[in-house]
Amino acid sequence: MPGTSADWQPTASRGALKLRATLLARIREYFSVQDVLEVDTPVLSRAAATDSAINSFTTTYHGPGAGAGNDSAPGLYLHTSPEFPMKRLLAAGSGSIYQVCKVFRDGECGASHNPEFTLLEWYRTGFDHFDLMDDVEQLLRTILEGITPVASVDHWTYRELFLELTGMDPLTAAVPDMQVVLREHGLHDPVGLGPDDRDAWLDLLMTHVIEPGLGQGLVFIRDYPASQAALARMRPGQPAVAARFEVYLDRIELANGYHELADAKEQQQRFEQDNARRDAQATGTVEIDQRLLAAMQSGLPDCAGVALGVDRLLMYANRSASIDEVIAFPLSRA
Amino acid sequence: MASYNTNEFRGGLKIMIDGDPCSIIENELVKPGKGQAFNRVKIRNLKTGRVIERTYKSGESVEAADVMDTDLQFLYSDGEFWHFMDPDTYEQHAADATAVGDAVKWLKEQDTCEVTLWNGTPLVVTPPNFVILTVTDTDPGVRGDTSGGGGKPATLETGAVVRVPLFIEIGEALKIDTRTGEYVARARD
Repeated sequence: MPGTSADWQPTASRGALKLRATLLARIREYFSVQDVLEVDTPVLSRAAATDSAINSFTTTYHGPGAGAGNDSAPGLYLHTSPEFPMKRLLAAGSGSIYQVCKVFRDGECGASHNPEFTLLEWYRTGFDHFDLMDDVEQLLRTILEGITPVASVDHWTYRELFLELTGMDPLTAAVPDMQVVLREHGLHDPVGLGPDDRDAWLDLLMTHVIEPGLGQGLVFIRDYPASQAALARMRPGQPAVAARFEVYLDRIELANGYHELADAKEQQQRFEQDNARRDAQATGTVEIDQRLLAAMQSGLPDCAGVALGVDRLLMYANRSASIDEVIAFPLSRA
Repeated sequence: MASYNTNEFRGGLKIMIDGDPCSIIENELVKPGKGQAFNRVKIRNLKTGRVIERTYKSGESVEAADVMDTDLQFLYSDGEFWHFMDPDTYEQHAADATAVGDAVKWLKEQDTCEVTLWNGTPLVVTPPNFVILTVTDTDPGVRGDTSGGGGKPATLETGAVVRVPLFIEIGEALKIDTRTGEYVARARD
């Protein structure tokens, strides 16, 4: 409601703004001590994340510096994470790096979502996802000390966690098996969800059954189904699983990390599969990042990376139920 | 047929679920960082009053319920139906006992009520927050006791029984809060 009397004011208290400044300073101090380099990559990019569940904002550049012909007014995407250019820096020999930046995701607004939010993303060369999970824990313990300390830490594989909370094996279950679990938990089949989209049914169980069943404190979930590998490398096994982990803090999804896929050819195939899925669900295909693929071709060092939602971390530290309480001006007041 | 996209979901929106008109109480976006987005909604079934939860895949369209809240004047009851009139158009609507529900004990002729109409038929009748009703029966008043302590039951003209102070007499007009069913004050003329 534009123009109403009080909506010029911030939705975050002064205390919450101060907490943001404190945590950002502590994050920078942590990485400085660890000798991880702070970097800054562009918000605007000619290529986008292909993930079919993530939608980029788009804009257009006009003026000098644009290309010729069709490229004279290039379409640009606002980044949804700084992952691709950070990997180009890694391939160029940057060593371990981190970045704190605003990222943008269209269509995401709610109690724990704002379409523009602060992401902390970092990459450690020579780490696998186990090393990086330890690093995430150490970072959180360090920066939350004396504020809202982390009470407990739990580790699960995706499969063990589903088996524990539902008795269902998520790596082999078919959609009708998942519907049985949903009904056992008093939930109806969601309107509009087709029987073919197995991963969406897994997401439904994850958000409606697994997350509410998690314990308090810090919970790491690792070894995701191959179909949800995103940019993680595969771990051999029966069946093979993705070297991907998620971090939950008091049942809120906080971070997502990978032992990074380094194979350019496989990366290209995943991008193309994503675009095929986007095409099928009519979200529209996006430009694939050829420069990232070229960088991977030249050689991405063995590394693990993770992206952590700073606003969600602030919600935890500030004991806030809504993201609006930790953002000065959320979408409704932007 | 009108419809809403899940992106338009918000408190108060009226949608159809399993053939019944419902009102959204709460809408929550549930979305894993790398996964399918859902709208998890808490909804009141306007026919039964029951609160239920449903989940929609985000981006789906949902049939809108032709439901609107209108201020109607209560005319009379014939025992089976309660008849209301739109003061602007003089259009009349008959509400059944289900729609009237608990409001029945506060309905006084000519009072204005909020009536929720679904396809033109009354679904829910909400009485005014405050009504003025006359006492038809109560124990004799205790003169001089204006302390307000204690109290006694009094039957009002609509049949409702409320607790009133000891000094209230038969024939007095009282102001009642229909949301709590409590006596507020003697009505001033």
